[in-house]
Amino acid sequence: MSPRVTSPSEDFVRGIWRENPVLVQLLGLCPALAVTNSVANALAMGLATFFVLMGSSLLVSSAKRIIPGEVRISAYILIIATFVTIADMTLAAVVPEIHKALGAFIALIVVNCMILGRQEAFASKRPVGRAALDAAGTGIGFIIALTMIGAIREVLGNGTFLGVPLFGPDFAPWIVMILPPGGFFTMGVLLLGFAWWEERGEEPVKPRGWRVPVTRQASEAAIPAGSAGATGGER
Amino acid sequence: MTNLAAIFLSAMLVNNFTLVLFLGLCPFLGVSAKVGTALRMGAANVFVLTVTSLTASFLNAYVLVHAPYLRLISFIVVIASLVQIVEMAVKKLSPTLFRELGIFLPLITTNCAILGLAIFQTNRSYGVWEGLAFALGAGAGLTLALVLMASIRERIELSDVPSVARNMGIVLILAGSLSLAFMGFAGLLTS
Repeated sequence: MSPRVTSPSEDFVRGIWRENPVLVQLLGLCPALAVTNSVANALAMGLATFFVLMGSSLLVSSAKRIIPGEVRISAYILIIATFVTIADMTLAAVVPEIHKALGAFIALIVVNCMILGRQEAFASKRPVGRAALDAAGTGIGFIIALTMIGAIREVLGNGTFLGVPLFGPDFAPWIVMILPPGGFFTMGVLLLGFAWWEERGEEPVKPRGWRVPVTRQASEAAIPAGSAGATGGER
Repeated sequence: MTNLAAIFLSAMLVNNFTLVLFLGLCPFLGVSAKVGTALRMGAANVFVLTVTSLTASFLNAYVLVHAPYLRLISFIVVIASLVQIVEMAVKKLSPTLFRELGIFLPLITTNCAILGLAIFQTNRSYGVWEGLAFALGAGAGLTLALVLMASIRERIELSDVPSVARNMGIVLILAGSLSLAFMGFAGLLTS
Protein backbone atom coordinates (compact mmCIF):
# COMPACT_ATOMS: atom_id res chain seq x y z
CA MET A 1 0.00 0.00 0.00
CA SER A 2 1.36 3.40 -0.92
CA PRO A 3 1.79 5.78 2.00
CA ARG A 4 -0.69 8.27 0.61
CA VAL A 5 -2.50 10.71 2.84
CA THR A 6 -5.57 9.22 4.45
CA SER A 7 -8.06 10.57 6.93
CA PRO A 8 -8.32 8.97 10.40
CA SER A 9 -11.80 7.65 9.70
CA GLU A 10 -10.59 6.10 6.46
CA ASP A 11 -7.78 4.33 8.34
CA PHE A 12 -10.36 2.84 10.66
CA VAL A 13 -13.11 1.91 8.21
CA ARG A 14 -10.86 0.49 5.49
CA GLY A 15 -9.97 -2.72 7.31
CA ILE A 16 -13.55 -3.46 8.30
CA TRP A 17 -15.07 -3.86 4.88
CA ARG A 18 -13.39 -2.63 1.70
CA GLU A 19 -10.00 -4.14 2.56
CA ASN A 20 -11.28 -6.81 4.90
CA PRO A 21 -8.23 -8.95 5.74
CA VAL A 22 -9.93 -12.32 5.30
CA LEU A 23 -12.72 -11.80 2.81
CA VAL A 24 -10.95 -9.43 0.41
CA GLN A 25 -7.21 -9.79 0.95
CA LEU A 26 -7.30 -13.51 1.80
CA LEU A 27 -4.84 -13.06 4.67
CA GLY A 28 -4.96 -15.12 7.82
CA LEU A 29 -6.96 -17.86 6.18
CA CYS A 30 -5.55 -20.64 8.36
CA PRO A 31 -7.23 -19.54 11.59
CA ALA A 32 -10.25 -18.26 9.65
CA LEU A 33 -10.98 -21.77 8.44
CA ALA A 34 -9.51 -23.92 11.19
CA VAL A 35 -11.30 -22.70 14.31
CA THR A 36 -14.58 -21.45 12.87
CA ASN A 37 -16.63 -24.60 13.40
CA SER A 38 -18.59 -22.75 16.10
CA VAL A 39 -19.39 -19.10 16.73
CA ALA A 40 -17.89 -19.16 20.23
CA ASN A 41 -14.54 -20.43 18.97
CA ALA A 42 -14.56 -17.93 16.12
CA LEU A 43 -15.25 -15.04 18.50
CA ALA A 44 -12.53 -16.13 20.93
CA MET A 45 -10.03 -16.44 18.09
CA GLY A 46 -11.07 -13.06 16.71
CA LEU A 47 -10.70 -11.34 20.08
CA ALA A 48 -7.30 -12.93 20.75
CA THR A 49 -6.08 -11.84 17.32
CA PHE A 50 -7.50 -8.35 17.89
CA PHE A 51 -5.54 -8.07 21.13
CA VAL A 52 -2.29 -9.22 19.53
CA LEU A 53 -2.73 -6.95 16.51
CA MET A 54 -3.52 -3.92 18.67
CA GLY A 55 -0.63 -4.55 21.07
CA SER A 56 1.97 -5.12 18.37
CA SER A 57 0.78 -2.19 16.25
CA LEU A 58 1.07 0.16 19.21
CA LEU A 59 4.51 -1.14 20.15
CA VAL A 60 5.88 -1.23 16.59
CA SER A 61 4.57 2.23 15.88
CA SER A 62 6.10 3.66 19.06
CA ALA A 63 9.42 1.92 18.51
CA LYS A 64 9.69 2.50 14.77
CA ARG A 65 12.62 4.92 15.16
CA ILE A 66 14.79 2.50 17.14
CA ILE A 67 14.15 -0.65 15.04
CA PRO A 68 16.90 -0.94 12.41
CA GLY A 69 15.57 -1.43 8.89
CA GLU A 70 17.59 -4.58 8.17
CA VAL A 71 16.16 -6.64 11.02
CA ARG A 72 12.72 -5.08 11.16
CA ILE A 73 10.80 -8.22 10.18
CA SER A 74 12.51 -10.28 12.88
CA ALA A 75 11.84 -7.50 15.37
CA TYR A 76 8.14 -7.42 14.42
CA ILE A 77 7.85 -11.19 14.75
CA LEU A 78 9.46 -11.10 18.19
CA ILE A 79 7.06 -8.37 19.31
CA ILE A 80 4.10 -10.34 17.95
CA ALA A 81 5.33 -13.55 19.59
CA THR A 82 5.55 -11.76 22.93
CA PHE A 83 1.93 -10.60 22.71
CA VAL A 84 0.79 -14.04 21.59
CA THR A 85 2.50 -15.61 24.59
CA ILE A 86 0.61 -13.17 26.82
CA ALA A 87 -2.71 -13.97 25.08
CA ASP A 88 -2.00 -17.71 25.26
CA MET A 89 -1.30 -17.66 28.98
CA THR A 90 -4.24 -15.35 29.74
CA LEU A 91 -6.71 -17.54 27.84
CA ALA A 92 -5.35 -20.68 29.51
CA ALA A 93 -5.88 -19.08 32.92
CA VAL A 94 -9.25 -17.39 32.34
CA VAL A 95 -11.17 -19.64 29.91
CA PRO A 96 -9.46 -23.05 29.90
CA GLU A 97 -12.22 -24.77 27.87
CA ILE A 98 -11.94 -22.36 24.97
CA HIS A 99 -8.15 -22.48 25.19
CA LYS A 100 -8.39 -26.24 24.85
CA ALA A 101 -10.79 -26.05 21.89
CA LEU A 102 -8.56 -23.63 20.00
CA GLY A 103 -5.51 -25.75 20.78
CA ALA A 104 -2.34 -24.85 18.92
CA PHE A 105 -4.08 -22.18 16.90
CA ILE A 106 -3.65 -19.57 19.65
CA ALA A 107 0.11 -20.02 19.38
CA LEU A 108 -0.20 -19.92 15.61
CA ILE A 109 -1.46 -16.32 15.74
CA VAL A 110 2.27 -15.52 15.55
CA VAL A 111 2.36 -16.58 11.93
CA ASN A 112 -0.91 -14.92 10.92
CA CYS A 113 0.28 -13.01 7.85
CA MET A 114 -2.39 -10.36 8.44
CA ILE A 115 -0.68 -9.12 11.62
CA LEU A 116 2.81 -9.00 10.16
CA GLY A 117 1.36 -7.36 7.05
CA ARG A 118 -0.19 -4.50 9.04
CA GLN A 119 3.11 -3.89 10.88
CA GLU A 120 5.10 -3.75 7.66
CA ALA A 121 2.55 -1.81 5.61
CA PHE A 122 1.16 0.57 8.18
CA ALA A 123 2.31 0.63 11.81
CA SER A 124 6.00 1.00 10.94
CA LYS A 125 5.35 4.20 8.98
CA ARG A 126 2.59 6.02 10.80
CA PRO A 127 2.07 7.76 14.15
CA VAL A 128 0.81 5.75 17.12
CA GLY A 129 -2.78 7.01 17.01
CA ARG A 130 -3.24 6.12 13.35
CA ALA A 131 -1.66 2.72 13.89
CA ALA A 132 -4.16 2.07 16.67
CA LEU A 133 -7.08 3.08 14.43
CA ASP A 134 -5.81 0.88 11.62
CA ALA A 135 -5.29 -2.06 13.98
CA ALA A 136 -8.78 -1.59 15.41
CA GLY A 137 -10.37 -1.52 11.95
CA THR A 138 -8.45 -4.52 10.69
CA GLY A 139 -9.07 -6.42 13.91
CA ILE A 140 -12.81 -5.73 13.77
CA GLY A 141 -12.85 -6.79 10.12
CA PHE A 142 -11.15 -10.04 11.13
CA ILE A 143 -13.68 -10.64 13.91
CA ILE A 144 -16.58 -9.95 11.51
CA ALA A 145 -15.22 -12.35 8.91
CA LEU A 146 -14.56 -15.11 11.44
CA THR A 147 -17.97 -14.72 13.06
CA MET A 148 -19.64 -14.80 9.67
CA ILE A 149 -17.90 -18.03 8.66
CA GLY A 150 -18.44 -19.47 12.13
CA ALA A 151 -22.16 -18.61 12.05
CA ILE A 152 -22.72 -20.21 8.66
CA ARG A 153 -20.86 -23.35 9.67
CA GLU A 154 -22.45 -23.71 13.10
CA VAL A 155 -26.02 -23.01 11.94
CA LEU A 156 -25.81 -25.44 9.03
CA GLY A 157 -23.53 -28.02 10.57
CA ASN A 158 -24.97 -28.20 14.04
CA GLY A 159 -28.35 -26.44 13.85
CA THR A 160 -27.35 -24.07 16.66
CA PHE A 161 -26.15 -20.49 17.09
CA LEU A 162 -23.83 -19.94 20.07
CA GLY A 163 -25.14 -23.26 21.35
CA VAL A 164 -28.84 -22.28 21.16
CA PRO A 165 -30.83 -24.69 18.95
CA LEU A 166 -32.43 -22.87 16.03
CA PHE A 167 -34.40 -25.59 14.29
CA GLY A 168 -36.82 -28.19 15.56
CA PRO A 169 -35.77 -31.73 16.37
CA ASP A 170 -36.42 -32.75 12.76
CA PHE A 171 -33.43 -30.82 11.46
CA ALA A 172 -30.72 -33.10 10.11
CA PRO A 173 -27.40 -31.23 10.57
CA TRP A 174 -25.05 -31.00 7.60
CA ILE A 175 -22.16 -32.66 9.39
CA VAL A 176 -19.81 -31.80 6.55
CA MET A 177 -20.04 -28.10 7.41
CA ILE A 178 -18.31 -28.52 10.78
CA LEU A 179 -15.72 -30.88 9.29
CA PRO A 180 -12.69 -29.39 7.49
CA PRO A 181 -14.26 -29.49 3.96
CA GLY A 182 -17.08 -27.27 5.22
CA GLY A 183 -14.55 -24.54 6.00
CA PHE A 184 -13.26 -24.54 2.43
CA PHE A 185 -16.77 -24.68 0.98
CA THR A 186 -18.08 -21.82 3.15
CA MET A 187 -15.12 -19.61 2.29
CA GLY A 188 -15.39 -20.49 -1.40
CA VAL A 189 -19.10 -19.73 -1.54
CA LEU A 190 -18.55 -16.44 0.32
CA LEU A 191 -15.89 -15.44 -2.21
CA LEU A 192 -18.17 -16.39 -5.10
CA GLY A 193 -20.88 -14.28 -3.51
CA PHE A 194 -18.61 -11.26 -3.17
CA ALA A 195 -17.31 -11.63 -6.72
CA TRP A 196 -20.89 -11.80 -7.95
CA TRP A 197 -21.83 -8.74 -5.87
CA GLU A 198 -18.94 -6.72 -7.31
CA GLU A 199 -19.57 -7.81 -10.86
CA ARG A 200 -23.25 -6.99 -10.55
CA GLY A 201 -22.39 -3.37 -9.71
CA GLU A 202 -20.18 -2.89 -12.76
CA GLU A 203 -21.40 -1.98 -16.21
CA PRO A 204 -21.31 -5.25 -18.14
CA VAL A 205 -19.53 -3.67 -21.10
CA LYS A 206 -16.99 -6.33 -21.92
CA PRO A 207 -17.62 -9.52 -19.97
CA ARG A 208 -14.55 -11.57 -20.67
CA GLY A 209 -15.04 -14.59 -22.89
CA TRP A 210 -18.45 -13.55 -24.16
CA ARG A 211 -18.67 -12.86 -27.85
CA VAL A 212 -22.28 -11.77 -28.19
CA PRO A 213 -23.11 -8.24 -27.14
CA VAL A 214 -25.19 -8.43 -24.00
CA THR A 215 -27.65 -6.05 -22.49
CA ARG A 216 -27.67 -5.29 -18.80
CA GLN A 217 -30.70 -7.46 -18.15
CA ALA A 218 -29.23 -10.39 -20.01
CA SER A 219 -25.99 -10.30 -18.07
CA GLU A 220 -27.78 -9.99 -14.77
CA ALA A 221 -29.92 -12.96 -15.60
CA ALA A 222 -26.94 -14.99 -16.72
CA ILE A 223 -24.56 -14.38 -13.85
CA PRO A 224 -26.66 -15.76 -10.97
CA ALA A 225 -27.32 -18.84 -13.05
CA GLY A 226 -23.57 -19.45 -13.15
CA SER A 227 -23.26 -19.20 -9.38
CA ALA A 228 -26.35 -20.84 -8.05
CA GLY A 229 -24.62 -21.68 -4.79
CA ALA A 230 -23.56 -18.10 -4.13
CA THR A 231 -26.59 -17.05 -2.17
CA GLY A 232 -24.80 -17.66 1.10
CA GLY A 233 -22.58 -14.64 0.48
CA GLU A 234 -25.33 -12.10 0.20
CA ARG A 235 -25.78 -11.39 3.87
CA MET B 1 8.88 -49.05 14.06
CA THR B 2 5.14 -49.51 13.51
CA ASN B 3 4.69 -46.49 15.72
CA LEU B 4 6.92 -44.40 13.46
CA ALA B 5 5.06 -45.62 10.36
CA ALA B 6 1.75 -44.76 12.01
CA ILE B 7 2.96 -41.25 12.83
CA PHE B 8 4.17 -40.80 9.26
CA LEU B 9 0.92 -41.99 7.67
CA SER B 10 -1.22 -40.08 10.11
CA ALA B 11 0.60 -36.80 9.40
CA MET B 12 0.58 -37.40 5.65
CA LEU B 13 -2.98 -38.63 5.02
CA VAL B 14 -5.33 -38.80 7.99
CA ASN B 15 -4.37 -35.45 9.47
CA ASN B 16 -3.03 -33.88 6.30
CA PHE B 17 -1.63 -30.52 7.37
CA THR B 18 -3.17 -28.52 4.57
CA LEU B 19 -6.48 -30.19 3.80
CA VAL B 20 -7.55 -31.36 7.24
CA LEU B 21 -5.74 -29.10 9.72
CA PHE B 22 -5.71 -25.91 7.58
CA LEU B 23 -2.01 -25.29 8.11
CA GLY B 24 0.02 -23.68 5.36
CA LEU B 25 -2.86 -22.39 3.29
CA CYS B 26 -0.98 -19.37 1.92
CA PRO B 27 1.47 -21.36 -0.24
CA PHE B 28 -1.30 -23.87 -0.96
CA LEU B 29 -3.37 -21.15 -2.60
CA GLY B 30 -0.45 -19.01 -3.77
CA VAL B 31 2.01 -21.31 -5.54
CA SER B 32 -0.28 -24.08 -6.71
CA ALA B 33 -0.69 -22.80 -10.27
CA LYS B 34 1.97 -25.06 -11.85
CA VAL B 35 2.90 -28.64 -10.95
CA GLY B 36 6.66 -28.06 -11.26
CA THR B 37 6.71 -25.07 -8.94
CA ALA B 38 4.38 -26.81 -6.51
CA LEU B 39 6.71 -29.81 -6.35
CA ARG B 40 9.75 -27.66 -5.63
CA MET B 41 7.88 -25.58 -3.07
CA GLY B 42 6.94 -28.88 -1.41
CA ALA B 43 10.60 -29.94 -1.38
CA ALA B 44 11.67 -26.66 0.23
CA ASN B 45 8.97 -27.16 2.85
CA VAL B 46 10.05 -30.75 3.55
CA PHE B 47 13.59 -29.53 4.18
CA VAL B 48 12.55 -26.71 6.50
CA LEU B 49 10.11 -29.00 8.33
CA THR B 50 12.76 -31.67 8.93
CA VAL B 51 15.38 -29.28 10.24
CA THR B 52 12.77 -27.48 12.37
CA SER B 53 11.71 -30.77 13.92
CA LEU B 54 15.30 -31.66 14.83
CA THR B 55 15.96 -28.22 16.27
CA ALA B 56 12.69 -28.22 18.19
CA SER B 57 13.57 -31.60 19.74
CA PHE B 58 16.93 -30.22 20.79
CA LEU B 59 15.45 -27.02 22.20
CA ASN B 60 12.76 -28.92 24.08
CA ALA B 61 15.25 -31.34 25.59
CA TYR B 62 17.99 -28.97 26.65
CA VAL B 63 16.86 -25.34 26.69
CA LEU B 64 13.13 -24.97 27.20
CA VAL B 65 12.94 -27.21 30.27
CA HIS B 66 14.40 -24.25 32.11
CA ALA B 67 12.24 -21.55 30.52
CA PRO B 68 9.02 -22.94 29.01
CA TYR B 69 7.51 -19.46 28.48
CA LEU B 70 10.18 -18.75 25.85
CA ARG B 71 8.93 -21.64 23.68
CA LEU B 72 7.06 -19.66 21.07
CA ILE B 73 9.71 -16.95 20.79
CA SER B 74 12.62 -19.36 20.47
CA PHE B 75 10.78 -21.52 17.90
CA ILE B 76 9.98 -18.57 15.69
CA VAL B 77 13.58 -17.28 15.86
CA VAL B 78 14.90 -20.69 14.85
CA ILE B 79 12.44 -20.96 11.97
CA ALA B 80 13.18 -17.45 10.72
CA SER B 81 16.93 -18.14 10.64
CA LEU B 82 16.41 -21.51 8.93
CA VAL B 83 14.30 -19.95 6.21
CA GLN B 84 16.94 -17.28 5.73
CA ILE B 85 19.54 -20.03 5.15
CA VAL B 86 17.29 -21.91 2.73
CA GLU B 87 16.59 -18.68 0.87
CA MET B 88 20.30 -17.95 0.45
CA ALA B 89 20.96 -21.53 -0.67
CA VAL B 90 18.17 -21.50 -3.24
CA LYS B 91 19.23 -18.09 -4.55
CA LYS B 92 22.75 -19.43 -5.05
CA LEU B 93 21.90 -22.90 -6.38
CA SER B 94 18.84 -22.24 -8.55
CA PRO B 95 18.10 -18.61 -9.46
CA THR B 96 15.18 -19.78 -11.64
CA LEU B 97 13.46 -21.48 -8.74
CA PHE B 98 14.22 -18.43 -6.58
CA ARG B 99 12.38 -16.21 -9.05
CA GLU B 100 9.46 -18.65 -9.44
CA LEU B 101 8.85 -18.97 -5.73
CA GLY B 102 9.15 -15.22 -5.31
CA ILE B 103 7.66 -13.81 -2.13
CA PHE B 104 6.48 -17.25 -1.01
CA LEU B 105 10.00 -18.38 -0.15
CA PRO B 106 10.60 -15.86 2.67
CA LEU B 107 6.96 -16.38 3.61
CA ILE B 108 7.77 -19.97 4.65
CA THR B 109 8.67 -18.22 7.91
CA THR B 110 5.05 -17.28 8.40
CA ASN B 111 3.85 -20.64 7.11
CA CYS B 112 1.78 -21.97 9.97
CA ALA B 113 2.69 -25.53 9.00
CA ILE B 114 6.27 -25.06 10.19
CA LEU B 115 5.49 -23.51 13.55
CA GLY B 116 2.49 -25.82 13.87
CA LEU B 117 4.77 -28.83 13.48
CA ALA B 118 7.08 -27.61 16.24
CA ILE B 119 4.14 -26.95 18.57
CA PHE B 120 2.29 -30.21 17.88
CA GLN B 121 5.51 -32.13 18.34
CA THR B 122 6.01 -30.50 21.73
CA ASN B 123 2.40 -30.99 22.82
CA ARG B 124 2.54 -34.69 21.98
CA SER B 125 6.03 -34.99 23.56
CA TYR B 126 7.56 -36.78 20.58
CA GLY B 127 11.18 -37.87 20.76
CA VAL B 128 13.76 -37.18 18.06
CA TRP B 129 12.83 -40.11 15.80
CA GLU B 130 9.09 -39.69 16.23
CA GLY B 131 9.51 -35.99 15.49
CA LEU B 132 11.44 -36.82 12.36
CA ALA B 133 8.75 -39.23 11.14
CA PHE B 134 6.14 -36.60 11.92
CA ALA B 135 8.06 -33.93 9.96
CA LEU B 136 8.58 -36.18 6.94
CA GLY B 137 4.93 -37.21 6.95
CA ALA B 138 3.75 -33.64 7.25
CA GLY B 139 6.10 -32.58 4.45
CA ALA B 140 4.94 -35.41 2.21
CA GLY B 141 1.33 -34.47 2.94
CA LEU B 142 1.94 -30.81 2.14
CA THR B 143 3.67 -31.70 -1.10
CA LEU B 144 0.90 -34.13 -2.03
CA ALA B 145 -1.77 -31.50 -1.43
CA LEU B 146 0.18 -28.86 -3.39
CA VAL B 147 0.77 -31.16 -6.35
CA LEU B 148 -2.84 -32.41 -6.44
CA MET B 149 -4.11 -28.84 -6.37
CA ALA B 150 -1.65 -27.71 -9.04
CA SER B 151 -2.63 -30.58 -11.34
CA ILE B 152 -6.30 -29.65 -11.06
CA ARG B 153 -5.57 -25.97 -11.61
CA GLU B 154 -3.55 -26.73 -14.74
CA ARG B 155 -6.65 -28.46 -16.10
CA ILE B 156 -8.90 -25.60 -15.08
CA GLU B 157 -6.83 -23.21 -17.18
CA LEU B 158 -8.39 -24.86 -20.23
CA SER B 159 -11.98 -25.00 -19.07
CA ASP B 160 -14.68 -22.39 -19.17
CA VAL B 161 -15.05 -21.18 -15.59
CA PRO B 162 -17.83 -18.65 -14.87
CA SER B 163 -16.35 -15.19 -14.52
CA VAL B 164 -17.35 -14.81 -10.85
CA ALA B 165 -15.26 -17.84 -9.97
CA ARG B 166 -12.12 -16.72 -11.88
CA ASN B 167 -10.27 -15.68 -8.74
CA MET B 168 -9.97 -17.71 -5.58
CA GLY B 169 -13.58 -18.89 -5.39
CA ILE B 170 -13.14 -21.93 -7.58
CA VAL B 171 -9.83 -22.82 -5.92
CA LEU B 172 -11.43 -22.89 -2.48
CA ILE B 173 -14.34 -25.01 -3.67
CA LEU B 174 -11.80 -27.39 -5.22
CA ALA B 175 -9.84 -27.44 -1.98
CA GLY B 176 -13.08 -28.36 -0.23
CA SER B 177 -13.62 -31.28 -2.57
CA LEU B 178 -10.03 -32.45 -2.08
CA SER B 179 -10.47 -32.15 1.66
CA LEU B 180 -13.67 -34.17 1.41
CA ALA B 181 -11.71 -36.87 -0.39
CA PHE B 182 -9.08 -36.85 2.36
CA MET B 183 -11.81 -37.35 4.97
CA GLY B 184 -12.01 -40.83 3.48
CA PHE B 185 -8.67 -41.65 5.12
CA ALA B 186 -10.18 -41.00 8.55
CA GLY B 187 -10.69 -44.70 9.29
CA LEU B 188 -7.21 -45.71 8.14
CA LEU B 189 -5.59 -45.60 11.58
CA THR B 190 -7.58 -46.43 14.65
CA SER B 191 -5.36 -44.76 17.24
